[in-house]
Amino acid sequence: MRGRLHNPIVEGVSSFLVPFIQIFALYVITHGHYGPGGGFQGGVILAASMMLLRLTLGEEYEHRTFSPKLAGIVAAVGILIYAFAGLVPLAWGGNFLDYAHLPIPGLSSAELRYHGILIVETGVGMVVWGTLVTLFDHLIGSEP
Amino acid sequence: MNWLTGVILALFFGLLIYAESDLPDSRAVTAPARARVVDLYIERSYPDTRTPNIVTSVLADYRGYDTLGETVVILTAGLAVSLILPRNSRRG
Repeated sequence: MRGRLHNPIVEGVSSFLVPFIQIFALYVITHGHYGPGGGFQGGVILAASMMLLRLTLGEEYEHRTFSPKLAGIVAAVGILIYAFAGLVPLAWGGNFLDYAHLPIPGLSSAELRYHGILIVETGVGMVVWGTLVTLFDHLIGSEP
Repeated sequence: MNWLTGVILALFFGLLIYAESDLPDSRAVTAPARARVVDLYIERSYPDTRTPNIVTSVLADYRGYDTLGETVVILTAGLAVSLILPRNSRRG
């Protein structure tokens, strides 16, 4: 599991595929309102693209672009986004996680709940993404 | 198991039995488990949240507190692994 494979076919195919995998992951996260998908699934796909780069291009290269420390920060920021999406409506006179009381002007109650779901799904996606990359790094034994 | 543990367990058992008597009768028509909240979700999901996918609106809006707990569970699993596994072990 150390270093890169030095196989031009594997490296070329994986670095060609990774941007498409990541765009598909963002699509899955944001398309959860209209079809199958959501934060959990999109976060897993996003983490899978990072794991592919770590396996093919080597950890030394990939840790410079997305370090294990950054993965932990992403997961923590994701859970904070979710928690604040619950706490902010509490401060504006609603219940916990009552997105209809989010302080965004110019939107009706239903549209606020629509955007609240999107904020929450983004937070979930970041948590799953960061946690899976952290799990991969630790199980593979690379330094954090 | 000494006698104090036995007494505490017996008291706790009695407390659970006492609390159980306050639960609604699961066979009654008016029990919360038979209130058919499903119909409410199907009817109200689109007008409430503008989300055509009812699964998403239930997951993130109506049952958002549940999903928050699930997300914390995932984060806790990652934290536990990074705390338990040794930092600088170069095994592979």
